[in-house]
Amino acid sequence: MAKTNPHVDVVLIGLGWTNSIMGMEMTDEGLSVLALERGPDQDTVPDFAYPKMADELTYGVRYQLMQRPAKNTLTVRHGVRDLAVPYRSLGSFLPGNGVGGAGTHWNGHTWRPQPQELRLKSYVEETFGADTIPEEMAIQDFGVSYDELEPHFDFFEKVAGIAGKAGNLNGEIQEGGNPFEGWRSDEYPMPPMKRTLNDTLFRDMATEQGLHPFPMPAANASEAYTNPYGMQLAPCNYCGFCERYGCLNYSKSSPQTCVLGALKQRKNFAYRANCEVMKVNLASDGKTATGVSYIDENGDEVIQPADLVIMGAYSLHNVHLLLLSGIGKPYDPISGEGVVGKNYAYQMNGGATLYFKDKEFNPFIGAGANAEVLNDFGVEQIDFGQAGFIGGSYFSAAMTNGQPIRNMPLPKGAPSWGAQWKQAVQETYGHTMTIGSHGSNMSYRDCYLDLDPTYTDDHGRPLMRMTFNWKDNDVRMTQFMKQKIDILSKALKPDDYKLSFKDFNSQYDVRPYQTTHNVGGAIMGTDPTSSVLNRYLQTWDVHNVFVMGASAFPQNIQYNPTGLVGGLTYWAAKAIREQYLPNPGPLVQA
Amino acid sequence: MIHRYWMPALVGCGVLGTAAVAMAAQQSEAERGAYLARAGDCVACHTAPEGKPFAGGLKIESPFGTIVSTNITPDPEAGIGDYSRDEFAAALREGKRADGANLYPAMPYPSYAKLTDDDIDALYAYFMQGVEPVAEKAPESDVSFPFNQRWGISLWNWMFTDADTFAPTSGQSEQVARGAYLVQGLGHCGSCHTPRGVLFQEKALDDSDDAYLTGETLEGWWAPNLRGGGGDDNGGRGLQNWSADDIVAYLATGRNDHSAVTGEMTSVVANSTLHLGDEDLHAMAAYLKSLPRAADGDKKTGSETTPEQTEKMLTAADVEGKPGARLYLDNCNACHFANGQGAPQVFPSLVDNELVNADDPTGLVHVILAGARLPSTPGKPEALAMPDFGWRLSDEEAAQLAAFVRGAWGNHGGKVTADQVAEVRKALPEDRQSSKPDFVD
Repeated sequence: MAKTNPHVDVVLIGLGWTNSIMGMEMTDEGLSVLALERGPDQDTVPDFAYPKMADELTYGVRYQLMQRPAKNTLTVRHGVRDLAVPYRSLGSFLPGNGVGGAGTHWNGHTWRPQPQELRLKSYVEETFGADTIPEEMAIQDFGVSYDELEPHFDFFEKVAGIAGKAGNLNGEIQEGGNPFEGWRSDEYPMPPMKRTLNDTLFRDMATEQGLHPFPMPAANASEAYTNPYGMQLAPCNYCGFCERYGCLNYSKSSPQTCVLGALKQRKNFAYRANCEVMKVNLASDGKTATGVSYIDENGDEVIQPADLVIMGAYSLHNVHLLLLSGIGKPYDPISGEGVVGKNYAYQMNGGATLYFKDKEFNPFIGAGANAEVLNDFGVEQIDFGQAGFIGGSYFSAAMTNGQPIRNMPLPKGAPSWGAQWKQAVQETYGHTMTIGSHGSNMSYRDCYLDLDPTYTDDHGRPLMRMTFNWKDNDVRMTQFMKQKIDILSKALKPDDYKLSFKDFNSQYDVRPYQTTHNVGGAIMGTDPTSSVLNRYLQTWDVHNVFVMGASAFPQNIQYNPTGLVGGLTYWAAKAIREQYLPNPGPLVQA
Repeated sequence: MIHRYWMPALVGCGVLGTAAVAMAAQQSEAERGAYLARAGDCVACHTAPEGKPFAGGLKIESPFGTIVSTNITPDPEAGIGDYSRDEFAAALREGKRADGANLYPAMPYPSYAKLTDDDIDALYAYFMQGVEPVAEKAPESDVSFPFNQRWGISLWNWMFTDADTFAPTSGQSEQVARGAYLVQGLGHCGSCHTPRGVLFQEKALDDSDDAYLTGETLEGWWAPNLRGGGGDDNGGRGLQNWSADDIVAYLATGRNDHSAVTGEMTSVVANSTLHLGDEDLHAMAAYLKSLPRAADGDKKTGSETTPEQTEKMLTAADVEGKPGARLYLDNCNACHFANGQGAPQVFPSLVDNELVNADDPTGLVHVILAGARLPSTPGKPEALAMPDFGWRLSDEEAAQLAAFVRGAWGNHGGKVTADQVAEVRKALPEDRQSSKPDFVD
């Protein structure tokens, strides 16, 4: 028999970036707020403390901070006729676990989308004609504009303390920044990070090529910083333990360093770790939620009544919970009907590794978002009609770390073991740099998420099933980027270089790490027949359930998602505070 | 239905009648008393760990035995509920219990003697009306003969206390006078920061004596000299040349551009000073800054290094044969950097730092072994922490590291021995938080 907790005004599912922010915003309204986090509680000290965090084997290879597939995973297949099998060993993507979520173990690349990306379908139709969009492609508009989100991007950047250089201040192009970016109302809160050798080589070469390099907008603090909540960041020491690690130095923006200390002070906020939400409970008419059911740290089932439910779990888990809770109609790729699970998308990346016999890059001096980047081949720069694809990419020359187990790039032909391998490592370590292409991924009718008919999780619930593969449009995009990066690589005059890009034979492979930018499945939009959420991230069908995170993206942007996720969260919070709370009900009439 | 937390409070306010207005005036007297109780930090000593506020039971180790703080909630049996206003005043100012017995001078009545009648009234109102009664007596103190003879304290009181309430010195500005009142009276800063005499009396209770607030070592921790130097023309350079704003930031948030709170003062910030208004904190800072200070420049010349030398040596990792410097690079440099300056408001500077340069290295060694955590404050909510290194460093290594830090960048602290580290290690609480990785050992 499940026990029932006292009622709260708002229950937050998950306590990462989005629900830390929602905690601040909802407690500002005087509401009682309870956050339920599936994983353990964690904080900089003792959990990410120096020196234990600087342990590549434990955290970088054995994924100590990630969710355990034995507890919770999903199944994967390439096409609707294939049999899906469980993702048993972490590889392609790494959902975080515990308080802070993936916000603790990210690198800190913090971008705003291009204005065109938020209305991609309309932009393509207006600019290149509706027939540019292939039949099987399912791209849509987000339903919210860049201008509407700008103040929220700006505030999120101030909360997260982003180090960078503006390229477009209120329409005025700024030297040293990204001249192609959407307008910004303010400069970044911190100056860019210090430059490393790879940065300056790339910058000088790109400038000579007539391109427009600029420093990566970084959630790695370039100096001591206090954010609008009074939370503090310390100057990054470039130790290179960012991705897959919690920051040992209070330097990487995370819920812990930017929000949670302030949130925990509030008497109308509480959180419980090791509490996994099983489903959102609905009233008998199915039109409102009455709260959630969860399994607590002792394994007991608990019913938590609440007036407002805000999902802020990892994007894949948000979709899973919607499917398990019966909120919204599940998507059917055959009939094209239904919305939940629709438009799952990923990220199309590639890159070059360049070897220089005589250059010392000192890769152990690095940071997650230490990179020189350029946006000259972005979505907004490319003539899709002429190029034969829809999409774009940004290029980065990054030096994130020099960790000895996984960061040993070797020249072509070097053996992977033995004395000659050792010699190759000795000769090569510290002599390579990379140029990466980080590209968009469009959504397609047969790339989606639903409940698996065979496999269940440790609570007996069906696992979620991912159906996904690479499509020609996106391969054409990345092959286009390959040609550009080949030219840039040659221009740097390395002794040797190799290119690694997907081609038309590439199948989605869950084994090698690619990126933890899984998007879509609970997408936002303008119409309940084609989206799960309205433009305020409110579910069309159950008005007191809101869903944060990248699950709302109708296709993936060319950038890392966190900046857009942060901006959307503040946008949704404003709508809840100003429109929903005074008059609870659907914020957009269907 | 969405509820707002403050709704019940507002509804409560809506029914005020004539009688209730008088009650509201009383309320504000109690509220003022609550603020003064914060300034006096009553809660810190009169609350046991995990205990109910003001119910007493905190054990205070003294050279005479264990003194246990009493229940000062308004329960008539277990607490002070049957104290009259004058009995309450006598306890605060003279250390007299209602039954006439003497309180142990762990209670800072020599300082509270300075309190004005108005403030006594407000505190009385608060303790009688604003504090939840707790009907549970705190355990008795365990003090050995002859110190358990409370009558003996009368003599001590006659010798070392002064019954006069606070009076501003002539020429003191209103701000400095307010600061003096808070520092000398409720703040009882002298209890820790003024040197003690042979009978453990504070050598001075106010600035009429030059010994006042010139620093004292308590259980190995250096409670620094708080005399600010009284302007530019004085030889002294108190409080590491902190500005008044630096002092205010330290008291309000436990951190400033130079340093961060450690040791006993952490609880003072968390329970007392962070609750004080900006104006009062500025007044306290102005008073501390105004106190003249004897020249202490000679200590600076005792160093064998300069900031530039040490920074250059660490940057070049020129640590061959310098185990302390090597340990600094491996353990400390990530946050405190080669220049030892850390980062403003985040990581304390080790250069010219009072804790680092104290005569007794206990405090520094304690922080190295056990780490430290700042209180979460309204202005700076992040409970920034330094992890513990005791699991990783032997006594010998910790001594080498502490000695290096005490001599680097122009610092002038003395040597540190492995035996001293062993003493500190032995006294660490066993249940403290540790960042030791699971797989070690």
